[in-house]
Amino acid sequence: MYELNDVTKRYGNGRGSVDALAGVDLSVGDGEFVAIQGPTGQGKSTLLQLLGGMDRQTSGTLMYDGRELGSLSEGQLTRLRAHDLGFVFQTFNLIPTLSSCENVETALVPLRVHGSERRRRAEAALAEVGLAHRAGHLPGELSGGEQQRTAIARALVKEPRVVLADEPTSNLDQETRDDIVGLLEELWTTHGVTLIVVTHDDLVAARAPRRMRLEAGRVHEELPMGA
Amino acid sequence: MFFRYLSRELRRRSRQALVVSLGLAVGIGLVVAVTAMATGVRQAQGTVLHSLYGVGTDITVTRAATGGPPTGGFQVGAGSDRQRISRDRVLTSPGQASFDASEADTIAKLDGVSGTVGGLDLSLIHLNGKLPSFTFPSQGAARAGAPTAQSSAVVTPGELNVSTSSVSGVDTTNVSIGPLSATRLAQGRTFTLSDAKRDVAILDAQFANQKGLGVGDSITIDGTSFTIVGITSPSVQGAGSDIYLPLAKAQTLAGAKDQINTVYVKATSSKTIATAKRAILQADPKATVSTSSDLAKQVTGSLSSASNLATKLGSWLSIAALLTAIALATLLTIAAVGRRVREIGTLKAIGWRTRRVVGQVMGETLVLGLIGGALGIGLGIAGAWVVTKVAPNLTATVSSAQGFGGPVGAAGGNPFSRTISVALHASVTPSLVATAVGLSLAGGAIAGLFGGWRAARMRPADAMRQVV
Repeated sequence: MYELNDVTKRYGNGRGSVDALAGVDLSVGDGEFVAIQGPTGQGKSTLLQLLGGMDRQTSGTLMYDGRELGSLSEGQLTRLRAHDLGFVFQTFNLIPTLSSCENVETALVPLRVHGSERRRRAEAALAEVGLAHRAGHLPGELSGGEQQRTAIARALVKEPRVVLADEPTSNLDQETRDDIVGLLEELWTTHGVTLIVVTHDDLVAARAPRRMRLEAGRVHEELPMGA
Repeated sequence: MFFRYLSRELRRRSRQALVVSLGLAVGIGLVVAVTAMATGVRQAQGTVLHSLYGVGTDITVTRAATGGPPTGGFQVGAGSDRQRISRDRVLTSPGQASFDASEADTIAKLDGVSGTVGGLDLSLIHLNGKLPSFTFPSQGAARAGAPTAQSSAVVTPGELNVSTSSVSGVDTTNVSIGPLSATRLAQGRTFTLSDAKRDVAILDAQFANQKGLGVGDSITIDGTSFTIVGITSPSVQGAGSDIYLPLAKAQTLAGAKDQINTVYVKATSSKTIATAKRAILQADPKATVSTSSDLAKQVTGSLSSASNLATKLGSWLSIAALLTAIALATLLTIAAVGRRVREIGTLKAIGWRTRRVVGQVMGETLVLGLIGGALGIGLGIAGAWVVTKVAPNLTATVSSAQGFGGPVGAAGGNPFSRTISVALHASVTPSLVATAVGLSLAGGAIAGLFGGWRAARMRPADAMRQVV
C-alpha cells in the first residue's frame, strides 16, 4: 500500500530550517494495522500528513498503491483523499453547525453521492459505530466519545482503503479510550482497511499488530510483544 | 448540503451576519434614497423647464433691449372729476427688444429647425384710484407784507392702486409651440386659426379666479373688450401668463404692429438642438438663443441647491458609505474564514475541492449581500418617502432677461426673474431597485472573493497543523 524510501520533510529555509523527517524508510502492506509512536515534535504528524496526501515530502519517494504522491497534482491528491483515505483527528474536527448525520454526509459530498442515498449511507455508518440514536444531534450535544465515533463514521462512510488516525484517544477518558480503540480494531477487522494510528499512548499502540517508533525524524520498527 | 450548511453557518454567526447585512443595508439605502432624490430633482427640473418653454419648445430666441426702459405715461382725463383715474398701460416685457415678425419665418428655414412661432410678451399695468389734490389758499387770505412769497398748499392724499398682469400674444396658427403649450386647458377651448383677428382671450385660472371671471365673460384691456374663451392652468405653480391674446391683438395693444419679442423654436429632434442654435446665432448674431440646457444652468433657488446636493454631496456620501460597508463586510468575512481554519482544513482533508469551499464562503456572503440589499432597498424607499413627505416645494428662479422667453410674472418680486414652485417626488424606479440588488450582490461577491481567497490559500496540512 505504502512504500517510503528516504523520505525527508524540511520546514523553512537556510539556518532556520527544521528537518521534521530525516530519511524515513517504511513499507505498509494492504490491510495492515500499524501504530506509530514517538515523543511530541518528532515528526509523527508530519508523517501522517504525507501519508494522507495533505503535504509533499522534500525529498525521497513516497509511493501509494504504485503512485508517487509527491508528483500528483493538487486535484489528483484531493480526489485521492476523497475516495481512498479516511481521517480521524485528535480533536474530532466536526462541523459544529451540522448534525452528527450531516457531518458524516460531508465525506460523501466530494463523491457526488446525493440526497437520500447520502443520508441512508450516513445513517448506516452511524449505526455501525453505535450512534444511530444520536444522528440528529449537533456535535455540541454529544460526549467526546460520541463525537469521535461520529468522526470514525465519517472516515468509514466512503469505504476508504486507508484510515489515518491522529491521536484518536488523547482527548478522551480511559473508559472511552478503550471503546474507541476497540471500535477501530473491530472496523479494521470487518472492513479490511489499512489502519495507521499515530499515538503516544502505549496501551493503544499495544493493540496494533505492528508498532513503529518515530524518533529524530526516523522510523524504527519495534518487535512485537513477546517476540 | 450547500444551503443547509450555509444557513446554519449564518445562524451561528448571526451577530456578525447582522453587522455585515446592516452595513450593506445602510450603504445601499443611501444609494437608493439619494438616487431617488436625484431622479426626483431631475424630473422636477424637467417639469420646470417644460413649464417655462412649453412642452413643444426646444429653443427660444429673444433680443436684449438696447434702449432705455419702455416709455409712456398715464394721461389724466379732462373730465369733471380730474382726480379719478382708471387706466391701462401695455408695455413690452422689460429687457426684451421687439423685432419684426418675419424673423420667425427666417428661423423656421434654418438647419435643424422643425417649426417656429412668434410671440409677444407684454406687461399690463393697471392704474386705478384717485390722484392727490392740491388746494391753494385764496389771495386775500395771505397777509400783506409777508416776508416770503411762498404760499402753502393743502394736499389731499390720493389713493392709487397699481396692478401688473402678464400678457402673452400667441400665434393662433400653432399653439403646440409657445406659451400655451406649457399650460393645461381647464375650461373652454384653446385658440384656433379663426381667432387670429377676434377679440378673444384665454385666462390663467388663478388670475381669472382673482378677478371673478369665467368662460363667456369679458375682460377690458386698454379700452378693448375681449371675450374669455378658455381658462388654463400652468403645469407648475408660478409659470405661465395671466392673459393670452391672439398675437395680432397683443401687437395692436402694444402699438407694435408686426412685432414680436420671442421666437419659440421646435427642433427636428433633441439631437439637432445644438445645430439649430448654431444656425440661429449665425443668421442673427444679436439674438439671445436659449436652449433647455442653457436654461437649466440659469435655474437657481432651492431646486438648484437640491440638484447640487443630490448629485454632488449625496452621491459621494452614498458611495463612501457603500464602500465602507463593503470594506467592513470583506474584513469581517476574512476574519470569519480565518477563525474557521480547522473546519475548512478538515473539509479539504476529506476531499472537498477548493472551488467548493470557496463557493460555500461566497454563497454565505452573497446571501448576506442580498439580505443587506433587501433591507437597504426598504431603507431607501422609506428615505425617499420621507424626502417626498418632508421636503417642501422646491423653487426655481430663472432670469427672464437672460433669454427666457416667458412674460414677467405677476407674482411680484424682481420683475426680471420668475420663481416657480414644484413638488419634489423622490421616485424609486424598478431599474433603481435592480441596480440596488446588483450592488448588494456585488458587495457580497467582493467580500466573498476575499474570504474565498483566504479559504483557497488554506492547505489541508496547514489547517490541520494547528490541531494535529
